[in-house]
Amino acid sequence: MKAEIPELPTEVMELQMGPSHPATHGTIKFNLKLEGEKVLDCDVEVGFLHRGFDKSCEQATWTQVIPYTDRLNYASSLINNVGYALAVEKLIGAETPPRCQYIRVIISELARLFDHLTCCGMAASELGAITAGFYMIEARELITRIIENLTGARLTVTYVRIGGLKHDLPHDFAEKVTSAFTTIRKLLGDCDRLLSRNRIFLDRLSNVGVISRETALNYSLTGPILRASGVDYDVRKAFPYLVYDQLDFEVPLGSRGDNYDRFLCRMREIDQSMKIVEQALAQLPVGPVWIDDPRFVLPEKEKVYGSIEGLMHHFKIIMEGIQVPAGETYFAVEGGNGELGFYIVSDGGGKPYRLRVRPPCFIAMGAFHEMIKGYMVADIIPTFGMINMIGGECDR
Amino acid sequence: MPETSSQLANIHEKLGAKILQSMDAQGDNVVMLDRSGLRESFRRLKDELSFDLLSDITAVDYWQKQDPRFEVVYQIVSLKSRQRLRLRVAVPENDAAVDSLTPLWRGANFLEREVWDLYGIRFTDHPDLRRILLYDEFHGHPLRKDYPVNLCQPRVPERHVDGTFVDERSRNKLLRLQKTLSSKS
Repeated sequence: MKAEIPELPTEVMELQMGPSHPATHGTIKFNLKLEGEKVLDCDVEVGFLHRGFDKSCEQATWTQVIPYTDRLNYASSLINNVGYALAVEKLIGAETPPRCQYIRVIISELARLFDHLTCCGMAASELGAITAGFYMIEARELITRIIENLTGARLTVTYVRIGGLKHDLPHDFAEKVTSAFTTIRKLLGDCDRLLSRNRIFLDRLSNVGVISRETALNYSLTGPILRASGVDYDVRKAFPYLVYDQLDFEVPLGSRGDNYDRFLCRMREIDQSMKIVEQALAQLPVGPVWIDDPRFVLPEKEKVYGSIEGLMHHFKIIMEGIQVPAGETYFAVEGGNGELGFYIVSDGGGKPYRLRVRPPCFIAMGAFHEMIKGYMVADIIPTFGMINMIGGECDR
Repeated sequence: MPETSSQLANIHEKLGAKILQSMDAQGDNVVMLDRSGLRESFRRLKDELSFDLLSDITAVDYWQKQDPRFEVVYQIVSLKSRQRLRLRVAVPENDAAVDSLTPLWRGANFLEREVWDLYGIRFTDHPDLRRILLYDEFHGHPLRKDYPVNLCQPRVPERHVDGTFVDERSRNKLLRLQKTLSSKS
């Protein structure tokens, strides 16, 4: 006799997830259409953290924009600083001395480590791997201490200046980095043993949030998400800037484009970043960190307080801002989450006429519905976690 | 650089009269495109010249500076030949609309919505042209140069959403609690 299965009601349920959901670290809202637990459609609502970055920058001088850039992706504020400074320097036509370029590479990679450790650690702890999450947060804390020792701040660093850096590296920088990296490698080894072949972790991540190579390109994705789908596009290799072409590193690629590949890509990039920092520290040349151009560089304090010319020079740069020639340019660096581009338009004054940031995670959120369609509600958490959406950058 | 000029020559060959001007700005290839037939121009760039990654769409407001007031700026990348190209399209104020690129790149969806939100430039044939960073009741487009930076927006009443589930039990519980408290005192 055939058992009678009652007809289950299949009604499409609309569910609003967010804007402040405990498992989505970031203010974002998903308007879901569900059939049972299956996600039929997902409409992503962003903008809860919109504070008018572009408009604020138009009111500030070129130098005053640097603290604003810290607040974009606050997990990798050093990369934002470097990207902005490089974009303005491109418009000026200035090239910083080699020591400055090496230091910029080092701090970019430290920021990338910070970003990837935050992303992987948080994603792991959201899936219940609290121990591994804490190990990564401990590793991140070591990076934060190096950054604090270097810049004086933990997150909003404002370390890079147009045409140079706030100051040179502290004398014990290399030792601190070496000892921190030894601990981080040990911690990451533990994390690798805890996570990479963990059955629960694998089941939650692999074959979830799959996005094919073609779709990823079609959605303008960049960074670890695009590379996890197998597209070899890293701004550091494709359009080398600073001294990346003189350093030896690999770009890890995935093949399936699922969350597990994204996780592995990020973990391997952490190794590569540490390798880059060590190489750059070994090759670090001596010399100045500022360009030799009084139009953009503040005079030394003895000159400011000791001579009228120095005082006037200081006053002009602070009050009117550095004068950037009229024109428009675009410069992209590889941020923690993808191509971080700055499109700037100058009308020849002391303030930017237009400043646009290409926010990698805003664009990634545009493809989120494609990643999650057909999966379960619970899969939203790891998929969203591996995008590493940072509200400050996504909503600007 | 000879390489850049050969690339520009290629683009000239494919797009022909659609190019109003092309230049080299700090080593970047910049092309001013005609607004008519924009999607067809981009289709050619994508299919025939392998510019497969649409990197960014944004706009600039040249209020009281240039005559077609707006400029929509596209950044595209060719992964195969490792080249970037920037395309600028002039858009007048009285007819602020350009072709949407969503049929070519679905990633254009969010980027175009953002330009519409902040500049008020429409994208024809866009599937879902809503505000994205700001809320629906916002007046004006804040990145336009004639939008004052300190302008306050009117307060918006709470939006009623149909079918929102409200758990009445917790409210009833609270009312009961209040009643018992007031009867005791």
